[in-house]
Amino acid sequence: MAAGLAARTGFEVSRVRLVIVVASLVTFGFGAVAYVTAWLLIPAAGADGSIGSRARTDRRGVALAVGLASLIFVLAGVAKLLGAGFFSSVEWPLILCTAGLVLIWRNAPPSEQGTMRNLAEPLLGLTTGRPRARAWLRVTFSLILLVTGASLLATGHESLHMFRPIVGAVIVLAAVTILLGPWWLGIARDLVEERQARIRAEERADMAARVHDSVLQTLALIQRRADQPQQVIQLARAQERELRSWLFDGRAPGSLDDEDMTLAAGVRRIQQEVEAQHGVTVEAVTVGDCPLDDDLAALLAAAREATVNAVKWSGADVVSLFAEVEPTSVSLFVRDRGRGFDPDAVPGDRKGLAESIHARMARRGGCATVRTALGEGTEVSLTMPRAAGERQPSRT
Amino acid sequence: MTAPPSPPAGGGRPRVVIVDDHGLFRSGVRSELGGEVDVVGEADDVQSAISVIAERVPDVVLLDVHLPSGGGQLVVSSLRAALPEVRFLALSASDAPEDVIAVVRAGARGYVTKTISGADLVDAVRRVAAGDAVFSPRLAGFVLDAFAGMPETSQDRPLFDPELDQLTTREREVLRLIARGYTYKEIARELTISVRTVETHVSSVLRKLQLSTRHQLTRWAAERRLT
Repeated sequence: MAAGLAARTGFEVSRVRLVIVVASLVTFGFGAVAYVTAWLLIPAAGADGSIGSRARTDRRGVALAVGLASLIFVLAGVAKLLGAGFFSSVEWPLILCTAGLVLIWRNAPPSEQGTMRNLAEPLLGLTTGRPRARAWLRVTFSLILLVTGASLLATGHESLHMFRPIVGAVIVLAAVTILLGPWWLGIARDLVEERQARIRAEERADMAARVHDSVLQTLALIQRRADQPQQVIQLARAQERELRSWLFDGRAPGSLDDEDMTLAAGVRRIQQEVEAQHGVTVEAVTVGDCPLDDDLAALLAAAREATVNAVKWSGADVVSLFAEVEPTSVSLFVRDRGRGFDPDAVPGDRKGLAESIHARMARRGGCATVRTALGEGTEVSLTMPRAAGERQPSRT
Repeated sequence: MTAPPSPPAGGGRPRVVIVDDHGLFRSGVRSELGGEVDVVGEADDVQSAISVIAERVPDVVLLDVHLPSGGGQLVVSSLRAALPEVRFLALSASDAPEDVIAVVRAGARGYVTKTISGADLVDAVRRVAAGDAVFSPRLAGFVLDAFAGMPETSQDRPLFDPELDQLTTREREVLRLIARGYTYKEIARELTISVRTVETHVSSVLRKLQLSTRHQLTRWAAERRLT
C-alpha cells in the first residue's frame, strides 16, 4: 500500500512508510487507522480495483458476512439470556469484525491472502496440524466445552432452570461429537472407499470380459484373415460400429438383453450373427422358450462366446447349438466336431474359457463343463437354474 | 403293405426324385448327389411331383416342405397308400415347425435342413432307402418340443395311450443328443448301446409322431402358428 501511495505521490517507498509510522505515533493511532483505510480503498500496484471496491460488488461475500454476523448475534442473545455478560459486551465489535474480516479475506489479492493465511495458520491448528497435535487440541477443546457445560448444568440462574439442562446437554453432545466425530467420519469414509473399490473391480472384470468378447476376438480374426483385405475391412467396420454403440449409446457389445426378448430369439440371434461374421454354419435348435432375465442373458453371452470359440478354433464347418428350457433350469450345448484341444495346454492369458464362460456362469449360479479331446471335437455344456418366479415353461 | 421294403441291394444305387420349386437348388442337389445316387426325376410343384413319382417309382423322394399349390405334405399323403415302397425325406431351408411335423406325420421318414453337407445328404438318402428314420437336430428339437406338452399321466383323459403319446426316457435322451449334433454312432457310444438300438429308438419316435392322435400335437402346432 505504501508502494501505491509512493507511486502516486512520487516519493520513495521507504520515506512514505516512515511518514506513516511517525504520523500514526503522533496522532495516537489514528494514522494506523488511516493506513488501513487507505489499504482498503486504494488499489494495490497492478490490481484492477481496491479491496473496498471489490467487496462492494462481492454479493456472495456480503451474504456470508451477514450470515456470520447474524449467527453471532443469535449466540450473543443466548449468552445474554444465560447471564454471560462478557460475551454480550463484545457483541457488536465481534459482529463487525467478523463481517469485515470475511469481506477483506475474500477480496484481498492472492499475495496478501497468503500473508494473512500465515498469520492465521496456528489458530487453524485444529484442522490442519499434525494428527497427534490435532488430537490433543481436540481433546483440550472438548474438555473446556465439557467443563463449561457441566458447570452450567450445576449452577445458573433460577429463572432459566428450564433451559439449563438443555444447554448443558447440547454442550456435552458437542464435546462428544468433537471428540469422536473424526473417528466416525473415518470409519464411514473407509466403508465407502472399500465399496467403491469393490465396484470398480467388478466393473473392470466385466469390461475385460466384454472387450475380450468383442475387440480381442475381432483382432484375432483380422490376424487370421490378413490376406483377405475385403473381409478385414468388413470386420473392422463391424467392430467399430459395435464399439461405438457400446461407448456412446451404452449398448453392450454382443448384448442380448433387449426388451421382451426370449431365449429362443437370443439363440437365433447368436446363430445369425456368428454365421454372418464368421461364415460358418450354426445349426441352432431350441426346445421350449421363456422370457430372458439377467441370468439367462449371461447364459446366452457365455453360449455366444463358446460358439465363437468353436467357429474360430475348431476348424469344423458346422457348429451345433442346442438349448432346452426345462421347468427348473435352462441347458445350452455348443458342440463342434472339430479338432478339439487340450484344456490344460490353454495359455493363461486366453480369457475366453475361464473368464467369459466359466466365471460368467458361476457369477449367476450356473455351471459350465467342457468336454474335449484332441481330434474329437468339443462340447461346452452350460446350465443355468431358472429364477423361482417363472418356473412355468411358456411355449410360445 | 403290398411289397416288402426294397432297399438297394448290395452296391445298388438308390433311385431318387427331387421335388423343389427352386431350379437352382434342384441342380445343386443333383450335382452333390451325382456320383452316389441315380436322380431319376425332378418336379417343381405338387401335381408334377405326383405324376413323376407315380411314373418312376423311386426309392427315395427328396421333398421340399414348401411347394406351390399344397406343400410337400399333400404329395406324401396322396401317394402313400398307392406306393408304400416309396420313401420320403423332407428337406427345407428354414421352416415353421408345424409344417415340418405335418409332413412327417403325413408319412415322411425324416427331415433334414438344406444346410446339410453333400456327404451327409447321401448318407441320409441311403438310410431312408434302407427303411430307417432320419432325424436332423432340428427335427429332434421339434419333436421334443411337441411331446413336451404331453401330460405325464392320463388321469384327465381316459383314451390316453401312453404307448403312442409319450416318449420314453431313453427316446428323449436319444433325441436330445441328436439335437446337440451327435451322430448315431456318437450317441451309441455316449449311451453305451448299439447303433442298431439307436436306430430302433429313432424309428419308434417316428412311429409315435405319425400315429399319435393326441390333440396336443394339433394344439401345439396351432399355438406355434399363432406366434
